[in-house]
Amino acid sequence: MISLNLGRAFRVWQRNFTVYTKLYLSSLALNFVEPVLYLAALGLGLGAFVKAINGVPYIKFIAPGIIASSSMFAAIYECTYGTYVRMTFQKTFDAILATPINVEDLIAGELMWGATKSVIYGTIIMIVISAFGLVDSSFVLFIIPLLFVTGLIFAEISVIFVAIVPGIDSFNYFYTLLMTPMFLFSGIFFPLDNLPPAVLKVAFFTPLYHLVNICRSLAAGSPRVIWDIVWVLVVAVLLAPYPFRLMRRRIVK
Amino acid sequence: MPDVIMGHMNVVTAKKLTKDYDSFRAVDGIDFELVRGEFFGFLGPNGAGKTTVMRVIYCFMPPSSGQVSVFDMDVAKDASRIKARIGVMPQEDNLDPDLNVIENLIVYARYFDIPKREALRSASELLSFVELEGKARTKVGNLSGGMKRRLILARALINNPELLILDEPTTGLDPHSRHAVWDKLKQLKEKNTTLVLTTHYMEEAERLCDRVAIMDAGKIVTVDTPSTLMRMHGGNLEDVYLKLTGKDLIMS
Repeated sequence: MISLNLGRAFRVWQRNFTVYTKLYLSSLALNFVEPVLYLAALGLGLGAFVKAINGVPYIKFIAPGIIASSSMFAAIYECTYGTYVRMTFQKTFDAILATPINVEDLIAGELMWGATKSVIYGTIIMIVISAFGLVDSSFVLFIIPLLFVTGLIFAEISVIFVAIVPGIDSFNYFYTLLMTPMFLFSGIFFPLDNLPPAVLKVAFFTPLYHLVNICRSLAAGSPRVIWDIVWVLVVAVLLAPYPFRLMRRRIVK
Repeated sequence: MPDVIMGHMNVVTAKKLTKDYDSFRAVDGIDFELVRGEFFGFLGPNGAGKTTVMRVIYCFMPPSSGQVSVFDMDVAKDASRIKARIGVMPQEDNLDPDLNVIENLIVYARYFDIPKREALRSASELLSFVELEGKARTKVGNLSGGMKRRLILARALINNPELLILDEPTTGLDPHSRHAVWDKLKQLKEKNTTLVLTTHYMEEAERLCDRVAIMDAGKIVTVDTPSTLMRMHGGNLEDVYLKLTGKDLIMS
């Protein structure tokens, strides 16, 4: 029984947005500090030794990748920890499901909210690195809508995990075994060409790798990102049924 | 002829309602009808299936088999339209801890697509109805247990429901708070709201309910007015309850 209604899904999105606007200063600051620390520590610290990669100064090489990772962390934390707390401890889902909102609307709202957070946090980093002069092209603006698509992918994967984990501690497996390796081996900090070819092959199957390509190319003014865009669009659509199906099974016994 | 009239009079009609959780049968083929304007109670030991029946009525989950219609619509097909006309006071506190008292009502109103201006007006009316006027900006976490229950009642009324579902509305409340909730429920009954209640307090059922169904192990043992049951079986409602339920509990 699929009964998704986008108007009702928007109400769920709006609930999360309302809560976010009450707390945004603290959460914005926290989510913003960490990527800037990475940029400063690695860009300046490591950059003093590495100098340039493919002719690009090191800090400029990693900066667009930080847009990608920051947007990934935002969606993943929102739709693992945040969604789980709303579902279990706060019982927010139970309250919402006693209204005209159905499970499908609820999950769609959560996914759209996760994607929205991806856009917010990615865009903030984009503004910051642009202010530091680390972006060459206004093509960088095309990243914003794409952040919504990749944010959707990260949200979908996260909600799938929420639907199957036995408890909140299980997210550590997700963070350690999936998110951190993705963060380190998606080409943010070094090109993957010099590593064993297997690494690149694995990276190809991760959304972050394609998002990093998109961000780096567009920031440099290169429009050669069509296949990465196709990849993220296709994967966002292919994954879509699973969070709905699995969450319905988890919530409605 | 009676079918047509009954169909119109009934707010809820359940036929052979069965609900299984995996291999456990929580509700076992029960029939019941809730008539418009009545206050109906489901009584029974823990695990008798009362909450499950409530959840099926408010379309949280579909029946495994059998038919349940609310406002002449099928719970398995018209969930959103049914839920738009129902208010639910759940057993546990599921207020939104990230929002203050008035925001809890306003955000809830949005789920029903109630326009903001109207939501603000009903929210302040409801806060005075449940005597929380002064608490509009208070964080939910700072409310007492009784205040939380009253806020949950106010929230359940935000869409001006025709049917109000109360799953153990006064569990854990002190006598003053309990009486405060009872007063509100009686006022709603006078406004011709249909109410359905589960409770472990026989005194509560005796005071409030026009009719009660006593459930045990997923089945309805008997349905009648509290006074008829007491006359038939002797003693007060609690004596009737003890006589009719929990045989397997005592045996084991």
